[in-house]
Amino acid sequence: MEGLEKTGVTVREAGPDDAVGGVRPSVVALPESVEEISAVLRACAEHDLAVVPAGGGTKLHWGPPPERCDVLLDLCCLNEVIEHAAGDLVVKAQAGLTMDALADALAAQGQELALDVPFAEGATVGGTLAAATAGPRAFRYGTARDLLIGITVVLPDGTVAKSGGRVVKNVAGYDLGKLFTGSYGTLGVIAEATFRLHPLPADRRYVVAGFASHERVQEAAAMLAASQAEPSAVELDWPGGDAPFTLAVLVEGSAAGQRAEALREAMGAGTVTDEAPAWWGLITDDEVLLELRFPPARAGEVLEAVRGTGFALRGSPVAGRVRLELGAQLSGAMTATGFAGVVSGLRERLAPLGGRVTVLAAPDESVDRWGPVSALPLMRRVKERFDPGRRMSPGRFVGGI
Amino acid sequence: MVGKPLDELTAALHALLPADSVITDPVRLRTYECDGLTYHRATPGVVVLPETAEQISGVVRACNDFGVPFVARGSGTGLSGGALPREDGVLIVTSKMRRVLEIDLPNHRAVVEPGVTNLAITEAVRDQGYYYAPDPSSQQICSIGGNVAENSGGAHCLKYGFTVNHIEACEIVTPDGDLVTLDRMDPGYDLLGAFIGSEGTLGIATKITVRLSRTPESVITVLAAYESIEQGGQAVSAIIGAGIVPAAIEMMDALSIEAAEAAVSCSYPEGAGAVLIVELDGPVQEVVRQFERLQEICSGAFELRVADDPAERAAIWRGRKSAFAAVGRISPAYIVQDGVVPRTSLPKVLAAIDRLSQEYGIRVANVFHAGDGNLHPLVLFDDAEPGAGERAEAVSGAILDLCIEHGGSITGEHGVGADKAKYMPKMFSADDLDTMQLVRCAFDPKNLSNPGKIFPTPRLCGEVPGVRKGVHPLVASGQAEQF
Repeated sequence: MEGLEKTGVTVREAGPDDAVGGVRPSVVALPESVEEISAVLRACAEHDLAVVPAGGGTKLHWGPPPERCDVLLDLCCLNEVIEHAAGDLVVKAQAGLTMDALADALAAQGQELALDVPFAEGATVGGTLAAATAGPRAFRYGTARDLLIGITVVLPDGTVAKSGGRVVKNVAGYDLGKLFTGSYGTLGVIAEATFRLHPLPADRRYVVAGFASHERVQEAAAMLAASQAEPSAVELDWPGGDAPFTLAVLVEGSAAGQRAEALREAMGAGTVTDEAPAWWGLITDDEVLLELRFPPARAGEVLEAVRGTGFALRGSPVAGRVRLELGAQLSGAMTATGFAGVVSGLRERLAPLGGRVTVLAAPDESVDRWGPVSALPLMRRVKERFDPGRRMSPGRFVGGI
Repeated sequence: MVGKPLDELTAALHALLPADSVITDPVRLRTYECDGLTYHRATPGVVVLPETAEQISGVVRACNDFGVPFVARGSGTGLSGGALPREDGVLIVTSKMRRVLEIDLPNHRAVVEPGVTNLAITEAVRDQGYYYAPDPSSQQICSIGGNVAENSGGAHCLKYGFTVNHIEACEIVTPDGDLVTLDRMDPGYDLLGAFIGSEGTLGIATKITVRLSRTPESVITVLAAYESIEQGGQAVSAIIGAGIVPAAIEMMDALSIEAAEAAVSCSYPEGAGAVLIVELDGPVQEVVRQFERLQEICSGAFELRVADDPAERAAIWRGRKSAFAAVGRISPAYIVQDGVVPRTSLPKVLAAIDRLSQEYGIRVANVFHAGDGNLHPLVLFDDAEPGAGERAEAVSGAILDLCIEHGGSITGEHGVGADKAKYMPKMFSADDLDTMQLVRCAFDPKNLSNPGKIFPTPRLCGEVPGVRKGVHPLVASGQAEQF
């Protein structure tokens, strides 16, 4: 690791806690600037060392383990808000900044990044982008790629490149931000990101209602998705099996109370509260985690498909994106072959509905995590151009990318 | 370059398409020589009018076989020369592909062919209470395929975003001629996001799944007249500062008001140095509260008009929507510029544009999407006056320099196209542009899909990435210019 030490960037020997999916790197590099990231990647290129970038490490066990990992690139030291232009509703931040710290800084000026993260603490700007996690309000505000307006990345050869900028409306050049969002660290390192912001809503209300059947959930979801009261999010929590469904609706902005009351009446059930339900937008246990995407009008059928699997479900029937965790009665009991069978069974049920099943996290290495990917050959060509040496998180993405 | 490969290709095209879908008659070819930006012209080598994705795929494969470049064109309303044809190439016009294939209201989406006009999508679902949100001002004629290529915006993108935020999937023909579906729901790289706005350089969209939005419950449009553009600008800052995100905030200065008045008699308040159009939409209770707040903020306006029905709203918008064409009434020729600055820099940039205008003796009418800092200065000149065109070009270019200087962009919605490729190196470093080229090379290694657009001196895809030394091979061979 002499090559790395010559860069002058802080490095330390890796320990067992630094392993990525069971693969233990030799060293952890702790760059403090974009230039230092570049220096580390140049050195890694020179010595053919494989690199896995890491933020808060909250999702590092997601995805397949890397084929090899020599250097864990820990971005924790790049944790500054670079510029918050409140008058322009724009913020530029370093990738290692936690989403919580960013939210605090923005709230001080009455603004927010309308991007909900599933982990209360630790998740960083870079990690949130790289894994493209979506939260409840994606229904109203879009996902990370819709709120990202500029990005600085470091390519595997050390090249520092940016695209977009610090204005929301901008169509100059290709949008590398879209490409890097959800790329799982396989194209390069996300170093800085610029987002469009929203004013903190004047008011917030939740309508929480219980439903006994998936048909009733589907009915309520369809009404809410088409509602001119414009809810910001509609989330479902279901422990699975015969347990009832809990549907929670978020209404934000002026007259939130009146609008929430109107939605409660339209649903014919529920109570209006100021507080989000405890489970709102969170992942409780991500040892095994699946994500289902589907056309929202098929939500009821998706619930029916999940019913027999023993998974617990949480997510948005109106956005057509839910996550499955191991249900209480199932935890620890599912064998590897059983799990792969459940996943392929779900894929068979969802395919005719136009749905997709992705295994975000699972200790089982044999399962097909991604399912069919229609543009895989093009994706391979993108990977080949950005990372011809296959040094960035090799093997961690679709098709073994 | 016109010669053998194109002749051989044309023969192949006749085998692929019906006779009336292949145009080689020089007179007819000339009708396609430019898009909405008429000062870039090139007569295409051959024009094809395919009716299916398979035909486009066949044409593109044939282009690959003969090494002939191709350019896609929708309605030809683009304002950056993005659909400027190649004399040595094929122009693929999607105007025959105008079918709305599927309307799926329960899933809030529609599937359309690329030649369908932007407004036709809304018209197909309006009665059911839905619409397609992005609304470029050419929406009556511009095609959704062109919108996807350009990532088009519109007056209402302040609140609702751009084309890329409203597209669920695209079937595309890749530059190799393969039919591939890019879907937001698919795992893997967000190639859909990279494709939208790539200005035809990464392939051609042949089927587009758009998201439909629910018609807002309530809309209120306000016109506020100010004595000066500075006062109008302050109101914009105050609206944003109050935490209101209107659907649109538009501003026009005295000269553009004068033009609109001459063209459509929009009857904006007399003596206004600036008018501000603010549109609020959403749930009725929310809109009512925001409107109350807006009235307080706009108390400095010398006249305030409020529209809450479609006819009144149309009257307010009429002047704004006519502005580009209207300047033709007060000037023999003009350049429509498209640049972006951070909203807070607007006053400084407008003052600087005013200085440029005086310095060069060239009038500039300012029409802009004030909410997101997207300027559309109309640079007016008399093309009969010697040197006036050059001075207008100089002012227009200097405005882009101002945008870059203030941390903005050289284009907010019209695209880079052929027109602004030379400005890209001012906004992006060589490394930035080379990195974008990696995407290009992944999709289009032979550089056949709309070559010459966006990037001034594209890296050859065979080159090993790294520091570029010496003269670029395309420059040396006379195929490209270094700016």
